[in-house]
Amino acid sequence: MSGISASAEGLVRPDELPPAVVGGFWGRLRAKLFSSWWSTATTLLLGYLILRWGFAFLAWSLGHAVWSVPYTAQGAPDTAACHAVKGIGACWAVIADKYRLILFGRFPFAEQWRPAICIALFIGLYVVSALKRFWRKELALIWTATLTVIGLLMWGGVFGLTYVRQDLWGGLPLTLILSTFGLALAFPLAILVALGRRATNLPAVKLLCVLYVELIRGVPLISVLFMASVMFPLFLPEGLDIDKVLRAQLGIVLFSAAYLAETIRGGLQAMPREQFEAADALGLGYWRKTLLVILPQALRLVIPPLVNSFIGLFKDTSLVLIVGIFDLLNTGKVAMSDPVWQPFSTEVYLFLAAIYFTFCCAMSQYSRRLEREFDRGRK
Amino acid sequence: MSGTPDISHSDLRPPPRPRMRFALSDPRFRGLVWQVAILGLVGFVGWFLVRTTNINLDHRHIATGFGFLDRVAGIPITETLVPYDPGKDVYGRAILIGILNTLRVAVIGIVLATLLGTVIGIGRLSPNWLLAKLTAGYVETLRDIPLLLQLLFWYTLLQGLPPPKQAFQIGESFFLSNRGIKYPWPVWTPELGWTLMAVAIGIVVTLIWRRQARSIHNATGRRLAVWPVGVGAILIAPTALFIAFGAPLTFDVPALRGFNFVGGGLLGPELGALLTGLVIYSSSYIAEIVRAGIEAVPKGQWEAGGALGLRRGILLRRIVIPQALRVIVPPLTSQYLNLVKNSSLAIAIGYQDIVSVASTTFSQTGQAIEGILIIMLVYLAFSLSISLFMNWYNARITLVER
Repeated sequence: MSGISASAEGLVRPDELPPAVVGGFWGRLRAKLFSSWWSTATTLLLGYLILRWGFAFLAWSLGHAVWSVPYTAQGAPDTAACHAVKGIGACWAVIADKYRLILFGRFPFAEQWRPAICIALFIGLYVVSALKRFWRKELALIWTATLTVIGLLMWGGVFGLTYVRQDLWGGLPLTLILSTFGLALAFPLAILVALGRRATNLPAVKLLCVLYVELIRGVPLISVLFMASVMFPLFLPEGLDIDKVLRAQLGIVLFSAAYLAETIRGGLQAMPREQFEAADALGLGYWRKTLLVILPQALRLVIPPLVNSFIGLFKDTSLVLIVGIFDLLNTGKVAMSDPVWQPFSTEVYLFLAAIYFTFCCAMSQYSRRLEREFDRGRK
Repeated sequence: MSGTPDISHSDLRPPPRPRMRFALSDPRFRGLVWQVAILGLVGFVGWFLVRTTNINLDHRHIATGFGFLDRVAGIPITETLVPYDPGKDVYGRAILIGILNTLRVAVIGIVLATLLGTVIGIGRLSPNWLLAKLTAGYVETLRDIPLLLQLLFWYTLLQGLPPPKQAFQIGESFFLSNRGIKYPWPVWTPELGWTLMAVAIGIVVTLIWRRQARSIHNATGRRLAVWPVGVGAILIAPTALFIAFGAPLTFDVPALRGFNFVGGGLLGPELGALLTGLVIYSSSYIAEIVRAGIEAVPKGQWEAGGALGLRRGILLRRIVIPQALRVIVPPLTSQYLNLVKNSSLAIAIGYQDIVSVASTTFSQTGQAIEGILIIMLVYLAFSLSISLFMNWYNARITLVER
């Protein structure tokens, strides 16, 4: 061993020896931040900008921020303190004043504990669905039960709860309802469409499914929402009228079903052929084969992309603002339009962005972790 | 579906197809029954919807059809690419302008988002830890905030700029105010047109020469330089022509008159906010696509190129990028389609794209079905043409298996 290295030392000129590996904290720092003059320049420039803007942002959002303002005798907020720091400090008082409106919209003030519980139920539902030990048929039951309870809490009219019309719903619960009910109702439809698109022995059904998926995926959501809000009333016989929120919900379901169907089809395609053949060999019919053998495996496979679809759906529900429904973004907009608080819209936007970001980021982190796990399992 | 033994002998004829039995136990008959049932159901629902719609339209005295396209629109449109007069022009022309506005946003947005996304995506792969983390943070944050929220934010920000009287002046004649960016715009003259034509001819000549040079190179091994011809045909010849015309270039410079600017070109706050939001949002998706594409090129390819003694530029251009593109193009296509569809959010900030114009049209005329049909057809046409183009491009760059 030593003889070899000695002879190598004899052959290699000193300046051709491999660079010395520098370990430890400083070594790593050098390798990651100052490995070349180009890297050093980048580090210095970015470091300077981060420090400068980071501190400026901290000073604006925390240091000079105004957290609450006094109220005048008439009950109107006195925003003089906010105007005094405009440009150098954030005015979080707008959130303190308006958070009930932003979170719950026009839901009757005294009853707002009901949508608050709904938010908690939704988060609980997401957490339960994320746990692998609940990935069984019972999950469908849990979803049905939770969504029923949420419907009861929002509508009321039973158990001594006062009835609240849907046009009074708003804020975060409405965003969660539109996206979660959208997913739950689109899911069965999407499975049928995905199966139909793979049914080579039923060409007419296959064509129908292909047309549906490709047409919906070719047009923007807003056109589907317009259709839901303007054309649906024309579709129904006179006297039968469904509410604006329900119509938008229906539009979202039709829209997301097309995207979900493609995701599920991906899972069906990824199933090895032996699974189909084994089910055939057992003598199972089409539906038993699909329900007992194929779907349970295929759906498991597509959970990460399903979560990603749900993130997209969650963000896309903000579009209902355009057809005049008071989701989280729209209630935020209403809060900003108050003339007293109008100059402080940036703070409201940041608050809304933080809420959306928290939900989406948690879900995307989860989906990525799951994907890595699945990849490991396959190797 | 199963059970047919794999027979590969060519002398064996396939067994005769059994005749379909009219019993539910025959899979083919069952398939037929299913199809008839499902199509019948869909057909019935469709017939029912059309019938009730017709009844409802009759009751509301709304005539169907596209006759309204010939009526005078009276929709004021601030940003137009072709001349438009709301007092005289018809709905058809207003919708055409909406389509052109959507196209403008789509084209500029796709170009800028691709550039920004590529830069960010390469930044994520940087060996510099700070740059990699920062670009990762950019991607993560922007993907997790709804585009509509970002658009509204940018629009509010641009509207918060000072009025034209206190506009920020950039350089000599660029003005940034709450009415948008005013910039100098060349005054159109026929001579200018000839010069541009000369540039176009120069490009064509250069391309033809390049082909020629390549085929000579392939046939004889003699290398002919392309760039002198390019410089001559694209730069020098048009410049000479331009000077011969007496340099007929004058700029229409914006100037403050009363409360607003006159002259020059305008990039309105609506278009500005829409482009900013769309480009930033889409670039975060494109960055991930670019990163994944470059990471998909095996390290051995870099090393092999290095072993051949290729310079880094050539290594990237000839070896890495062509292979990365094969991975990048399909998801990039769907991202472009998303960008075009997302541009429909323009309506929320008052940029008059096709959705906005068509929705104004149907709220004025009551022709909701026709209006929504127009929107959907326009987007389907966009989607189809982008898919076709990208499929053609993808077929061009896919690996030629030998």
